[in-house]
Parts: sequence; C-alpha cells; structure tokens
Amino acid sequence: MKTLLYKDLQRKMLILTMVVSFAPLIVLGATMYYQFALTLKSNTEEQIKYRAQAQAEAVDLFLKERTAILCAMADTHSFREMVQEEFLSSIFKVMNLRAGAFVDLGVIDTKGIHQAYVGPYDLRGRNYYEEPWFAEVMSRGAFMSDVYMGFRKLPHFIIAVRRRENKESWILRATINPGILKEIVRSAQVGRTGDAYLINRDGIFQTQTRFTGDILSQSNLKTSLFGKRVTTVELKNDQGKNMIYAGSWLGNDKWLLIISQNPTEQMASLFAVRNVEIFIIVIGFLAIVMTTVFTTRLAVSRIQQSDMKMQELNAQLVQSDKLAALGKMAAGVAHEINNPLAVIIQKTGWMEDLLAEEEFQKSRNLDEFKLSIKKIEEHVERAKKVVHNMLGYARRMEPRLENVDINDTINQTISLLENYSRINNIEIRTDLSKDLPIIAGDQSQLQQVFLNLLTNAIDAIGKNGLVQVKSQRTNSSIYVSVSDNGQGIPVKKQKNVFDPFFTTKEPGKGTGLGLWVSYSIIEKMGGAIRVESSVGKGSTFTVEVPIVARERR
Amino acid sequence: MHYFNVLIVDDEEDFLETITNRLKKRDVDATGTRSGEEALEVLKEKTFDVVVLDIKMPGGMDGIEVLKEIKKLYPLTEVILLTGHASVETSIEGMKLGAFDYLMKPIKLEELLQKIAQAIEKKDAQEQKVRSAQIKKLLRYW
Repeated sequence: MKTLLYKDLQRKMLILTMVVSFAPLIVLGATMYYQFALTLKSNTEEQIKYRAQAQAEAVDLFLKERTAILCAMADTHSFREMVQEEFLSSIFKVMNLRAGAFVDLGVIDTKGIHQAYVGPYDLRGRNYYEEPWFAEVMSRGAFMSDVYMGFRKLPHFIIAVRRRENKESWILRATINPGILKEIVRSAQVGRTGDAYLINRDGIFQTQTRFTGDILSQSNLKTSLFGKRVTTVELKNDQGKNMIYAGSWLGNDKWLLIISQNPTEQMASLFAVRNVEIFIIVIGFLAIVMTTVFTTRLAVSRIQQSDMKMQELNAQLVQSDKLAALGKMAAGVAHEINNPLAVIIQKTGWMEDLLAEEEFQKSRNLDEFKLSIKKIEEHVERAKKVVHNMLGYARRMEPRLENVDINDTINQTISLLENYSRINNIEIRTDLSKDLPIIAGDQSQLQQVFLNLLTNAIDAIGKNGLVQVKSQRTNSSIYVSVSDNGQGIPVKKQKNVFDPFFTTKEPGKGTGLGLWVSYSIIEKMGGAIRVESSVGKGSTFTVEVPIVARERR
Repeated sequence: MHYFNVLIVDDEEDFLETITNRLKKRDVDATGTRSGEEALEVLKEKTFDVVVLDIKMPGGMDGIEVLKEIKKLYPLTEVILLTGHASVETSIEGMKLGAFDYLMKPIKLEELLQKIAQAIEKKDAQEQKVRSAQIKKLLRYW
C-alpha cells in the first residue's frame, strides 16, 4: 500500500521532470532546425539568383560582342569589297581569329539575295526577301534570331546588321553556333542535379540542356512567371520533383536564362545539422532520463526514510501521550482514594480505641474484632502504598539539578541490592565506561530508575543468573543498559511495559508502577527508555540520559 | 502537665469527627471545624496552640488562604498541613508561608500526635523567646 504510494510519487516526479526538461529541448531543436532551413533556402535562392544574373550578363556580353564585331566589319567595308568572296573569307578568318564562334558569314543585297557567302554550306544565291528577319533587319538595322533549324537542319541562330551605302542598303549576316552559348550558360550549373539553359519567349530551349530537354524542344516553363529582374520560382518538374528556377532576361529581352536546381541537394548541410541536433537531443534525453531517475529515486527514498522516522517519532509521541494521560488519571484516582482511606484508617483506629475500654475486654469475640481491625489496617496500608508509589515517585516536581556521576549512582544502587541478589544466586556484572562526564541531574531520581530496572532484572531471573550493567556515551548522551538472562518479555507485551499498573509479576509482588515511574522520570530529563527482549533469552532495558552541562543552575 | 488545645479543619465530616474523638480520648483538647471560615470564627473566640489544616477543601476557603490568615492574626499558633498528593508543592509553599510541617493523608494518629507534640515544643520555645525578649526590653528601661 505504502510502497504503491511511493511508486506513484516517483512516477509523477519522473514524468513531470521529463516533460519539463524535454519540451524546451524539442521546441528549441525544432525551431533551430526550421530557422536554419529557412536561412539555407533563402541563401540557396540568393546564390542561384546571383549566378543567373551573372551568367545572363556573360551571355549578353557575348552576343553584344558578336554584334559589335559584325557592325564594325560592315561599317568599315564597302559592299563592293564584301561581295568578293576572297575578301569576305579573309574577314571571316580575322573575325573568328579574334572572337570565334562564327559558323559562316554572308552578304545579302537589298533584294534579299545572298551575294557572297563564306562557310560550310552552299547558300549563295538564296533569296531571303520573304524571310521575316529580312524585313526587320532592313527596318531596324540589326537583328538576332532565335535558334532554329533553317535550311541546314542544324540548330543555329543568326545575327544580321544592315549597312547603308550610297542610299543602298546591304546586310552582313553571320551564323553562330549555339553550342558556344551552351558552354557559357552551362558554367552556371552546379551540383549533380543543377541545370542551366536559355529559353525564348515561347519557352523553347535555345541551348542544349543537361537533363531538362533537347534544344528547340518545349520547356513547359511559363516565361511570364519571370519578371523584369532576376526571379526565382519553385515548381515541380516533369518527374514531380520540387525544383528552384532562377530566371534572368537577357538584354535583348528575347531570351531567358534559367538556372534550375533541386533544393534538397543544397540541403545536405541542413541534414547534417539535423543529424547532429538529433544526436545531441538523444544524448541529452538519455542524460536527463538517467539523472531524473536517479534523483527521483534518491528523493523518494529520502522521503520514505523521513516518513519512517516520522512514524517512529509519532509512535513515541503516542506512547508518551498515552503515558501522560494514564499518569494524570492515575494521579486523580489516587487522590480520590486517599480521602476514603484516611477516613477508614481513622474509623478503625477509633474502633481500636473503643475496644480498649473496659466493657469490651470480656467480650467473647474480642480477639476476632482485633484481628479484623488489624487486617483492615494492613490492607489500607497496602492500598496506601500503591497510591504513594504512584504519587510519591512521580511527583509533579521538576528534577533537581545537581552534579551526578552516573557510574557512582549505578554502583550505589547495585550495593543496595547486593544482599537480595546474593540470596538468589544472581551475579551483577558491570561494564562501565571510564570517560562518562559528570552531568547535571537528579541523583535520587536516577537511582530510583536504576533500582527499578535492577529489581526487575533480578525478578525476571528469579534464581541463578546474570545481570549486566553497561554504561556508554556518545557526544550528546549517556546510555545505561541493564540486561538480564531471565524469561524475557513477549513482543505483544513489550509495548505495555511502561504502562502504569502493568506487571508480569505475581499479584501482590509488583505494583506495575516501577517502569512507568522510571519512564516519567527519564522523560522529564529529556531522555528515553527502550526495551529489547526475546522470550527465553532475556531483556535489555536501555536508558538514554542527555548530557546536560553541569553547574547550570 | 502542660495544657494545650488543637483545632482540626477538614471538610470530610467522617474524618473530622473520628479524629476529634480519638484525640479527645487521648486527653487532647481537640475541636473540629468543617471549613476555613468556621475555623477563623472559632479562632476569634479562643486561642489554639496547634491548627491541623487540610489544604484541599473544595467549595470554601482554600487551605493556603486560611493559613495566611491564621499566621497573620495569630503568629504564635502552629499550623500542621494535611495534604493529598497533588498538593505536595502547595505544602511546600505552605511551609514557606510559616506552616510547621505537613502530613500526607491517610495518616496514622500516632504520626499526628508526634507532629503535634513537636509543634507544641516549637511553640513553647518560640513563646519562651518572646518572653525573654520582652523581659530584656523591660530590663533595658529599668
């Protein structure tokens, strides 16, 4: 029952402590993880945004350079020079030498006819008049196409510039291998899953991508999602994976540079952090569990101990309360008995007096009367003795304080009983500590206590036995124990031995007051009496007397 | 033979009556009164050598009060206290207040007689001293 209570207490303490210590740990861990993930994500976005922008600038630069070279060539040479294919060829060489990436070069006249061409395909004589770009380049002066297949069945794009010369216009047109764009763009891709490519306004790939799709195929990206500045969006790709896309429009507003990346790849460091966190939390968890279990066990066992002490103390308190109440009652009863006794004794005395008169001397029953009176007196005397024992010993007086040598007191008491014990062949052996201090106390009361204990010990033995008296000290108390090898006291009766009128002696032999009186005396001194006994082996009564400094009047 | 008288004060009538009778039987001039008030009344009329006074008399005047009164009015009268146990301290207090001695109930008549005799002796000595003091005083004015 009690242990259940302690178990319950322990369980509650455990749960409470753990909840209180784990809750913040877990909340902290979760918050940190979440914050870190957030920061990491925005970092990743910033990074690819930055790369998209930088790369778009690089592509822009490349295209501007090509356009600029083409413009320079057109502006510095006349139509007449340019249509000579040898000359054109030398220019083409110079251009490729300085900048590269040109696949071919051609000169187209006002009517859209390809007048001169240098390059791997035979395009001379083709008419571009109907092509939409022709009109555009004629009106706007420069043009860059999307990537397309065209006549040659290879993806390419062209840059064309117009030159006005003597009211006539002609066009210098160059084809550029989009593979070069791919090289520039691809340098922006990162990681195992990263990709970088160009798309046009319709979402068609302008460069070969790494994973996402072939050149000139549809990317399925809505270009409208990407605003004027660098924009990131998070979308599911064809495989259903979440991808971050960063898009940056090129300067010509036709093409969009896209960098795509799987966010989880960047999150590897996050997972590392998470794992460390989990590890720390688990370790903390274990540490907390262990300490909590340990401390609660300790606390509960302490509580248990103090409870036990409390119980003992309570039992002692109950005992002394009981004895005090009994004592009060006994005293009251004794007093009430005293008055009738006083009257009885006077009345019998009076009868005695009267019997002494002459007229009764001849009475036949005179002796009987006298005997009866004597018996009455005897028994009144007996009753008086009981009452006096009760009252006389346990006087409601504070013990006197005089210097007491406990060992001396013991020896004196033993000498009082020497005859009695010798007659019964009982040896009294002493083992007295030599370093007992002289204490302040009431010697006659202490002697009374020792006398009671010794008499009891001798009576418990009856004949032939050994009584041992021992004195010891601790820092605060002196202990005197009186042991006999007599009949012992059954456990059931042990708790009653200090009750008034409780006796195991034959009727008339003991009043049952000795131990009670001793108890009261010792209790008043601030000490205690304890009994240990086992039937057949004997009993030990131990008196604890606190060491009270002497000369404290 | 020196003549002396004793006043017994006790609220227990049986006790009072018997002890008075027994003392009278032994030629002691004994008077019994049942309360402190009564005793003080009687003392106004007649001088007593010894008063045997029960300390515990519920109802009327307390024994100690009676003692104080007697010692105030008749300092040469000796008082023997009778007590039950609970009044041992009271008895001691009584001794301090000038009682001659105390006896614990129940008492034997012999004990009481002894104490009375002692009290008378003391009283005689006391009176003797008073007398000689008075004589000295007289001599001084001679």
